[in-house]
Amino acid sequence: MSTRQFGARVQRNEDQRLVTGKGRYVDDIPLTGALHGAFVRSSVAHARITGVDVSRALALPGVVKVYTHADLGALDVQMPLLIPHPCITHGRTQYPLARDEVFHVGQAIAFIVAEDRYIAEDAVSLVEVGYEMLPVEVDFEKAAEPGAPLVHHDVPGNIAAHLVQESGDADAAFAAADHITSIKVRVDRSTAAPMECLATAARWDEVTGELTVWDGTQAPIGLRGALASLFELDEHRVRVIAPDVGGGFGPKIHFPYANEVLVPLASMELRRPVKWIEDRSENFVHMTHERGQIHEIELAATSDGTVLGLRNRFLHDTGAFIPYGIAVAQVAACQIAGPYRIPNVRVEFSCVYTPTVPVTPYRGCGRPQANFAIERAMDQLAEELGIDRFELRRRNFIQPEEFPYTRPNLIFADGLAVTHDSGEYEKALTALTDALDLAAFAKEQREAWAQGRYLGLGVSFYVEGTGLGPYEGGHVRIHPITGKIFVNTGLTTQGQGHETVFAQIVADQLGARVEDIIVVEGDTGVYDWGVATFASRAAVVSGSAIHKAAVLARKQVINAAANMLEADPDDIELADGRAFVVGSGTAGVTLAEVATASNPLRYAFNKAAQSATQFAPAARSDGPSLGEGAHPGIEATDYYSPPHATWAYGVHGAIVEVDPATYGIKIHRYVCVHDCGNMINPMIVEGQIAGGVAQGMGGAFYEKLDYDEDGTLRNASFMDFLIPYATEIPHVEMIHQETPSPLNPLGIKGVGEAGTIPVAQVIVSAIEDALKPLDLPPFRMTPLSPSLIHSHIAESGNRG
Amino acid sequence: MSEVTVFEPDEPVVVEVEVNGEPVTAEVPSRMLLSDFLRQRLGLTGTHVGCEHGVCGACTVHIDGRPARSCLTLVAQTDGRSVRTVEGLACADGTLHPVQRAFKECHALQCGFCTPGFMMAVAGLLDERDDLATADDETIREEISGNVCRCTGYMNIVSAVKRAAELSNERG
Ligand code: FES
Ligand code: FES
Repeated sequence: MSTRQFGARVQRNEDQRLVTGKGRYVDDIPLTGALHGAFVRSSVAHARITGVDVSRALALPGVVKVYTHADLGALDVQMPLLIPHPCITHGRTQYPLARDEVFHVGQAIAFIVAEDRYIAEDAVSLVEVGYEMLPVEVDFEKAAEPGAPLVHHDVPGNIAAHLVQESGDADAAFAAADHITSIKVRVDRSTAAPMECLATAARWDEVTGELTVWDGTQAPIGLRGALASLFELDEHRVRVIAPDVGGGFGPKIHFPYANEVLVPLASMELRRPVKWIEDRSENFVHMTHERGQIHEIELAATSDGTVLGLRNRFLHDTGAFIPYGIAVAQVAACQIAGPYRIPNVRVEFSCVYTPTVPVTPYRGCGRPQANFAIERAMDQLAEELGIDRFELRRRNFIQPEEFPYTRPNLIFADGLAVTHDSGEYEKALTALTDALDLAAFAKEQREAWAQGRYLGLGVSFYVEGTGLGPYEGGHVRIHPITGKIFVNTGLTTQGQGHETVFAQIVADQLGARVEDIIVVEGDTGVYDWGVATFASRAAVVSGSAIHKAAVLARKQVINAAANMLEADPDDIELADGRAFVVGSGTAGVTLAEVATASNPLRYAFNKAAQSATQFAPAARSDGPSLGEGAHPGIEATDYYSPPHATWAYGVHGAIVEVDPATYGIKIHRYVCVHDCGNMINPMIVEGQIAGGVAQGMGGAFYEKLDYDEDGTLRNASFMDFLIPYATEIPHVEMIHQETPSPLNPLGIKGVGEAGTIPVAQVIVSAIEDALKPLDLPPFRMTPLSPSLIHSHIAESGNRG
Repeated sequence: MSEVTVFEPDEPVVVEVEVNGEPVTAEVPSRMLLSDFLRQRLGLTGTHVGCEHGVCGACTVHIDGRPARSCLTLVAQTDGRSVRTVEGLACADGTLHPVQRAFKECHALQCGFCTPGFMMAVAGLLDERDDLATADDETIREEISGNVCRCTGYMNIVSAVKRAAELSNERG
């Protein structure tokens, strides 16, 4: 196999098991004698708990135990604030089970363990909770106003954190400007809605004193640390396994959720395996949310459209707690200037508590909001200056020769200043405008308007800081018996195809077939150095670490094979699972033989082993069988720690038609130009983009979590919260551009979130463009459903 | 005079049902859902549950040859009928069903959670229509609009439906 696997459209290693029903998601793990858990959750947004009566639930046959906070002992503590930051002046996190106060609908109050799930859920309805209601303000803009009801009585103004960052001198830029544009935009709250809800199963092994936890998490190593700490167990006695996970998209990075504490606890105390599988309606009020932000953004420009400065103030709705710190707001702040040079930027945000589900990253993580703000503002600036919106963007792009381009003092989620590493922004925009053929479209649009049809074109340019540190590891080992290659890293996969793309990277180094490379991750019992899957970092950080480890393993194979074949290492080639002397026409040795021969053996348990025993000629040497500093077998570990984030980017455009009677929207074309550096597997990259765009579409049109003023979530089901079906999603045309990242050995940039980021602006700007003849005020919010378009038109006094 | 039926959720009922070609006789509580029965009693965990209220299609199986939502079906309702799950989609010798092949070839799955239900829905569709290999995208999208996939954005699933139709036409 001498064809390069990196860059090829290789079919996925994981698919055979998944299409035959042999995937193993948490609820599929067979645990004999398992008990099942169910949570009693708050039905009100904010109240003092006056009493919890569990007696009727306990009396139900089949109920084994009911936990309230009083039963938790040392675990009745505030859960960690995972990512501390000095600007978090009032950090509040949840308790595993509410104590004397609840802060949002859905907060866990009691945990029932029963013989089966039907009984556990019956028992939930038998628990009586007494509430003394407290006032609430769900709207985060109002919650930040003086006098608003407080979520936490000791947090003045409901402000959890406040941060101001300035790169350059924004006020000076504004003083020097010919023109200032200012707008305010709002992005509503949404949820990731992975198809598999949260799930935890645990088994305590009395004999070994080991706790095994299967969990649909994106961060098993982090969770293992948290559990070892909470339960005071040595790390090696806690094993966390993320088996197949049915979609993550962000919220599964957060830990520990109440279930991640209660399920292990129950399994240890009750000495039986325990399982808890979240149901869909529960998922809406329990798994973390994202997206709620309101941005005020100002651009200071010269009359030719050069943007000199940007000032941005925004409110970020963090929900009732702030367990994941300021991550979402910080990421938004750092991409607010987009692909534009804008040398002077001041960005300021406040994280506001509201009596709602806590907020942590969801695919995009603040970038969709920042993108919506800057791109809406660029459109507005173009309008006000009378400059074509594409031309205005062109005039402000960071140019290829300006990289690396740093925004000093604008500190990203990795603790380092924002530094765009590489890109060809203008080329991407031109690829888009060529694909959409602007001149032809302009003609089509004029004709459509003349016929009373509303055709519009939308555009959004995005950048995405991807591949954040601190680091990941890669471990590569050749199995001596089968010759297959065993590869590990500290991540998890929720569908991104790690078992394939990491195998492609290793295949190129070791000359093995992709199918013969077994990637195992997400199991702390197998490999437990690393961080987690988030921030479009897997391919960049783990991919690079695995590549480095594979390079080391390659050297070992070549040296060993050279010894075995009595050849010069420079003449050894690796291909088709063998090492051989180049041009010799001889078969050489298999990887299994090399791995076995590199491991001095005492026992000749098979034929290959015979030749590796200490009395075999191949191993004869003067010194000990294993030289000083050597290790047995073919095995290597290496790490990759990025110098800073690598910046992917792209531009999406769409042509849409708005129905003047129903305000229904038809997308005629959707084009995506993107650059994620060198692609490991274009098929998988395209899948990530298509999925991301679909999620972005949901966000642009329908996906709004609808809290009523009492703090009840009105659309907590798939019946009411609309996620797109195949009929809602257009065909996405993709144009790949590959500018290698200079920061890592493979030139990779991340792509996991890219598809989602620009979609709302694309759609909203397209609708706005289509409705130009109606002379409406601009659209400043997303999602934008037909009914919202209708009310926007009605409010403007223009009925079309 | 109308009779009043009192629903006894845990009253045992005996069902005889054929699952993936094998006869199964079981006593279950009357309220037990088919999805739970398949997964918990029979260990057929390939059928997934995504919403438990009939909206997402993840739990789709075939009952008497037609796609149905196992989360909305009581086991008791399958008495005397036949059920086919994703585990029964491939031939006994392991040869994949055209839908399985097509989903692999077209990268029509990512996390794989919606996939068994989606494939059962598409397999049912192929039994019903033989014109899908040449159908336009809109028709196919309409036909598969009963299932949710949160990962793929559907594009590759649309291609997989066409490809599966081609493969089954070849197979005849
Ligand atoms: S689980 Fe049955 S339709 Fe969603
Ligand atoms: S592949 Fe993940 S939901 Fe469809």
